[in-house]
Amino acid sequence: MSAEPFRLPSGGAIDRTRTLAFTFDGRSYTGHPGDTLASALLANGVRIVGRSFKYHRPRGVFTAGPEEPNALVRVGEGARAEPNTRATMVELYDGLVAQSQNCWPSLGLDIWALNNLLAPLFPAGFYYKTFMAPARAWPAYERIIRRAAGIGAHVPHADPDRYERRFAHCDVLVVGGGAAGIMAATAAARAGADVMLIDERDTLGGHLRGERGGAEILLPYLRELAADKNVRLLPRTTAFGVYDHGTVALAERVTDHLGAAATPSLPRQRLWMVRAREIVIAAGAIERPLVFAGNDRPTVMLASAVRTYINRFAVLPGRRAVVFTNNSDAACTARDLTAAGVEVAAVVDARAGQAVVATTGRSLRAVAISSIDDAGRPIDASRWIDCDLLAVSGGLTPSVHLHSHTGGKLTWEETIAAFVPGTGAANIRVCGAARGVFPLADSLSDGVRAGGVAAQALGLKPPALDLPACAPEEPWSIRPLWEVKSARNMRGKRFVDLQDDVTADDLELAVRENYRSIEHVKRYTTLGMGTDQGKTANLNGLAIVAQRRAETIATVGTTTFRSPYTPVALGALAGPETGKYFEPIRRTPLHDWHAAQGATFVEAGQWLRPRAYPRPGESFNAAWRREVLSVRGTAGICDVSTLGKIDVQGPDATAFLERVYCNGFARLPVGHGRYGLMLREDGIVLDDGTVTRIGERQYFLTTTTSNAGRALAHLEYLLQAVWPELKVRVASVTDQYGQIALAGPRSRDVLGKVADIAVDSAALSFLGSAVTTIAGARVRLLRVSYSGELAYEIAIPAGHTVAVWEALLVAGQEFGLAPYGAEAMAAMRIEKGHAAGAEINGQTTPADLGLARLVSTKKYFVGRRLLERPAMADAARPTLIGLTPVDGVTPIPAGAQLIADARAKPPVKMLGHVTSATFSPTLGRPIALALLTGGMARIDETLVAASPLDGVSVAARVVHPVFYDPAGERLHD
Amino acid sequence: MLLIPCPHCGPRSHIEFTYAGDATLRRPADDAPLAEWADYVYLRDNPHGPHREYWHHVHGCRAYVTVERDTATHAIVTPGGEAS
Ligand SMILES: [Zn+2]
Repeated sequence: MSAEPFRLPSGGAIDRTRTLAFTFDGRSYTGHPGDTLASALLANGVRIVGRSFKYHRPRGVFTAGPEEPNALVRVGEGARAEPNTRATMVELYDGLVAQSQNCWPSLGLDIWALNNLLAPLFPAGFYYKTFMAPARAWPAYERIIRRAAGIGAHVPHADPDRYERRFAHCDVLVVGGGAAGIMAATAAARAGADVMLIDERDTLGGHLRGERGGAEILLPYLRELAADKNVRLLPRTTAFGVYDHGTVALAERVTDHLGAAATPSLPRQRLWMVRAREIVIAAGAIERPLVFAGNDRPTVMLASAVRTYINRFAVLPGRRAVVFTNNSDAACTARDLTAAGVEVAAVVDARAGQAVVATTGRSLRAVAISSIDDAGRPIDASRWIDCDLLAVSGGLTPSVHLHSHTGGKLTWEETIAAFVPGTGAANIRVCGAARGVFPLADSLSDGVRAGGVAAQALGLKPPALDLPACAPEEPWSIRPLWEVKSARNMRGKRFVDLQDDVTADDLELAVRENYRSIEHVKRYTTLGMGTDQGKTANLNGLAIVAQRRAETIATVGTTTFRSPYTPVALGALAGPETGKYFEPIRRTPLHDWHAAQGATFVEAGQWLRPRAYPRPGESFNAAWRREVLSVRGTAGICDVSTLGKIDVQGPDATAFLERVYCNGFARLPVGHGRYGLMLREDGIVLDDGTVTRIGERQYFLTTTTSNAGRALAHLEYLLQAVWPELKVRVASVTDQYGQIALAGPRSRDVLGKVADIAVDSAALSFLGSAVTTIAGARVRLLRVSYSGELAYEIAIPAGHTVAVWEALLVAGQEFGLAPYGAEAMAAMRIEKGHAAGAEINGQTTPADLGLARLVSTKKYFVGRRLLERPAMADAARPTLIGLTPVDGVTPIPAGAQLIADARAKPPVKMLGHVTSATFSPTLGRPIALALLTGGMARIDETLVAASPLDGVSVAARVVHPVFYDPAGERLHD
Repeated sequence: MLLIPCPHCGPRSHIEFTYAGDATLRRPADDAPLAEWADYVYLRDNPHGPHREYWHHVHGCRAYVTVERDTATHAIVTPGGEAS
């Protein structure tokens, strides 16, 4: 047999000067540039390309476009393999590797085809019916069903390809580069609009490319559009969703068609978010199959696809054909077949009361023909006709998907037996076949109309435009034929949805079982629920449901059209924001210094913070424990630049902060700071931090690292929406300042060496603030402590942070000053019983955190009123306590539940939970903080901290939450 | 993607904004009855149709922009001004 035995010797839009090699299921074949995988397989005589979803019946290429329900294959290898790829949309490239799906052990011999014989077990809703009981057997059933029913297998590797995202704007976005779309784009562009014209195929031209003579008449317009600087043409681009306010999402396949020849610098695909002032939808129409017994055999094919394979690809889908149609396209299909040398054995025209009632052959060998009555029932003896190709056409269904995405309504149009767009979004115009305008001449002028209307809506004047001359066509006519009933002695499944193996009988059963809403029928039978979303199936399906219910199709209505129009690669949706690019990484001004010192880092939101500074040979645990002891014993410095920092200015700044914080600020003198606790209006703690008054009308606020954004938005909301009369401005200065904590009994000695002002206790008392110069930088000091030791926080213009840090290290060398990281800081705050993120959890009040004494009773503040609710003072509220293991050595797991009795049978009453836990290097034993119902009233009780997930239960004693220096003597000397 | 008219920045995509809730709420007096406060903090209408609401231009000028949006169609009925 010669290569490509079904390729015509001439014709088609393929490049015969080059040959491309590819494999399908391991066998080698050839094709040419211009081929799709489907056309190349057909050229090589490959008729069976996959097995069906439920019954594992052999299936062949059914269409020549994006609506393909059958020819789903896996393309590529390894991590680049992509399942469920439509062979009709895959452009052939050299070295392409494709595999069939859903068959085992092979396409030819598929043991699951047994399902076909067991078909009575797989009626509509078989999932629900067959496997009701026993419930514990479900996992086993599910495993079997998943293996037996399904399509492509997922690829368990990370996607190695790159994807881009692009935002764009235009005046007029035209979706669909066929006859109507090209004319619409031309009209809009000539009027002066900025136009984008997109098409999902490799070349513009639409369905004409598959017809005799091709898209020749459109070429002058395409050339004009290509030369127009105000026009962007995007082939290989699918508009898969239309969203609010003129947003259209496009998936552009940039290098998919190139295989190994792809330029590495280009992404695989590009996701476009286009904001268009006007949208013209010229998405064309999709041909419908006909429903009759055995209508799924290879090679039963849509008539338009047959013409496309002949005219565009010079491929014969068969050698002896029967044409079965209910509309006026029969003539051109028969003509094109004859012209290509295919013998047309019969034209079966439902308009003349004829129908195909059965088929035979694993791959089609013959069809049976009968006369039918108005209900599609065979009324005479059938006769068999040998053929290896059956071209079917049940009419054209306008592609109304995009029109419907934004809630556009549909209208039933009897003359074409299909839904057409009704009212819709004001800026969306539908034209051409997508509006049910099928004859070419009408479609061309409809495109000009739509482009002109869009231009006019933009205030532009649509120009006169001469239409290309086209050959006269017979007027469009159709006789609806929604199903052909089975002949009495000829059985065979009548498929409505090829991809989901849903038959007319399944639909009838669903109606008999009283499924009323078409949405329910869809879900019960799985009609239209495949990756093709029933593009070829849905209208036939709902027409059959309508007939069974003796209602009109318009009454039954359609299911909801949702984006995406066709499947979109998840990689394209994710775009470049994957892995370490998922969100920005924020680094402090000292980051490089930490890294050079071998620090380990920890993520805190988007920030990377140094966690500990292990010395050579030192473990992580040994490092942070050493750092804690260094701070407690001598001094340490810590990078706290990640704290949120807010500059507050204005004549009403003091009044504003009085309302914002629950503790008092009115008498805070310039040059002093204070701890500040911020509540939400519901009385729950929002955040805490420090407030430094740096001028009569200016304050410097810090927030916790994690709440910086929330706290700023809260202040802005209050100033803009609640108290706009207050003359105050707030601005984030988080990135403008580096911040260093200098802590430990010798910290004053270190600071004294570098500061140019006095820092003794008289000059800079606890919570005092001053400005000084260190290493040439003007910095602000606040004597405040998080560690519980004598300590200072130093705010430094960000660019000087490293110089100040290094100056402190040099000055501190003689005292043993060492840097400490987030882990040591966290351990010291637990030793001090300070609430942090795990305790400020959106459920705790100041009193819950042991901070009731801070709450002012002398003023109104945000959160005060609802803090006065009786429930906020309930003695049973979980409140902050400390825990220490009874045996003194066993760590208490963070997250553990507190219960009274380890042996209690579930359900066990939970008394609270462990919020934070650490080993205390200072005390030499594990400690923890917890929120416990009854709180401090339970001091000295022994409870059980149970963590069933870890299989750990620890007996723990309730203690005061401040484990270290409870009187705070070390802060004040 | 909604196109939200910011009085400072012009029409901007909603991905630059954070939804910030009902713009018709008025904070009760500090000493108003608890029930009034509970309504202010917890009670929200769920209107079908025009709704005055705040959008915080967090990735822009940081204004709380008031717009009237039709919750059924997402049409922005009244381009807004600054908060309150
Ligand atoms: Zn703005």
